[in-house]
Amino acid sequence: MKPPQFGYSRPLSVAEALADLAAAAPDGKVLAGGQSLLPLLNMRLAAPAHLVDINRIAELGYATVDDGEVVIGALARHAQVLADQAVCRAQPLIGQALALVAHPVIRNRGTTVGSIVHADPAGEMTAVLALLGGSVLLEGTGGKRLVKAKEFFHGPLESDVGPDELATQVRVPVLAARAGCAFAEVSRRHGDYAVCGVAALVELDDGGGIRRARAAYLSVAGTPLVLDLTEAGADVAAAARLAMAQVAPTADIHATAAYRRHLAGVLTERALAGALAHARERSGG
Amino acid sequence: MASANDERGFTQSPAELFEVSLVVNGVPRTARVPARRLLSDVLRHDLLLTGTHVGCEHGVCGACTVLVDGVAVRSCLMLAVTADGAQVTTVEGLTRPDGTLSPVQQAFADCHGLQCGFCTPGFLTTITAALEENPQPSETQAREIIGGNLCRCTGYQNIVKAVLRAAELRAGELRAGEQRAGELRAAGVQAAELRAADWGTGQSRSPADSEAAS
Repeated sequence: MKPPQFGYSRPLSVAEALADLAAAAPDGKVLAGGQSLLPLLNMRLAAPAHLVDINRIAELGYATVDDGEVVIGALARHAQVLADQAVCRAQPLIGQALALVAHPVIRNRGTTVGSIVHADPAGEMTAVLALLGGSVLLEGTGGKRLVKAKEFFHGPLESDVGPDELATQVRVPVLAARAGCAFAEVSRRHGDYAVCGVAALVELDDGGGIRRARAAYLSVAGTPLVLDLTEAGADVAAAARLAMAQVAPTADIHATAAYRRHLAGVLTERALAGALAHARERSGG
Repeated sequence: MASANDERGFTQSPAELFEVSLVVNGVPRTARVPARRLLSDVLRHDLLLTGTHVGCEHGVCGACTVLVDGVAVRSCLMLAVTADGAQVTTVEGLTRPDGTLSPVQQAFADCHGLQCGFCTPGFLTTITAALEENPQPSETQAREIIGGNLCRCTGYQNIVKAVLRAAELRAGELRAGEQRAGELRAAGVQAAELRAADWGTGQSRSPADSEAAS
């Protein structure tokens, strides 16, 4: 249970990191918090030829609210983002989701951008990015590109990041007025990977009716699945039936496909009811 | 291509050794290790501090938890080269220089929070850091604090009790420290002497406390 051998560098700036990644491509890998990468290395499931350790690039350790978006830098730890009141006020779904990411000690080290780039379909933050329609800024020696969530996730542990690119920041819109959000998940033990999880976002119209309702699902597909549940209105049970008809989970050692579908329904009800209550509270009843 | 000895340390040779400097439990230590060496292995094999236990080596069990710059982390999920320059506290560093147990250690003894002891170093470090952040946890918060540590003996109930007991002991120690500072102040002892006389609780006191004492 030791990592395989690899070349290593610890650049002090983004420009240096990009040069190192370009030199190591296509077998380089970025090391940020390492809470997913180190287990993969220790279990020999990954064997990159070179690690570019970005932990010295202090300029990437930020989380801010800027012009209607929450912007999170590549080295912002989960714990830091979760403790940032301005960020969690601007987009409460971030705080709701981060509280469910692993355990406090893992959150001390793991980075929010890193867990999105890792693209684990059981990852809470991948669902947040997908539901909110956020984007990831990728930088390479050839330039920058901003990739929308919809195009970012390719499959389990596969994202749009090229071998010579560094995801330097993630951007998600702040929560709109008259909108509410909630996160619900079921895991075997608190802090474990979710067997199923649902992030919900509800926007109310001026009359208090549902203008738009959407939910994102963890662990039911290879990439975060986003469903539009607006047609069910405020009937969360109907929304749950709608969701169950549309998810197509597979079985693994943790749960059968039928159990996952059942959870998708139950958790849709819980998350939507929570988001609805949150939206009503924010629009003053 | 730069050698491994510059700050950036770019090397494509996996055999290259890196000089890693750490301050472990207040003592400066160095080791020459390959990039792939885990912090847990540097502590145990290179520095011979075997108090840090290694259970699963993939971040699940929490036995290897140490404090890096005061923050609890899994030492099996951190490369030693990444930690270069950091202050590290292991379970060996929790005991006071005179051998007195820390509040968390004392609480584990008081509440029978351990049986075989394999997981205990990880619990002690995790709880020590958590009480710095939240000195008065509720029982629910105590369970959240230890949620990432596995114990196969105790069934956790006594560990939860130990978290709450440790918070009491720690608060009592802080109160005693403040009381002693107040007595010394009344006796006309100057600030510099007062700081020197600050017994044992110095590490856990905030700058604001020191201000108040001076």
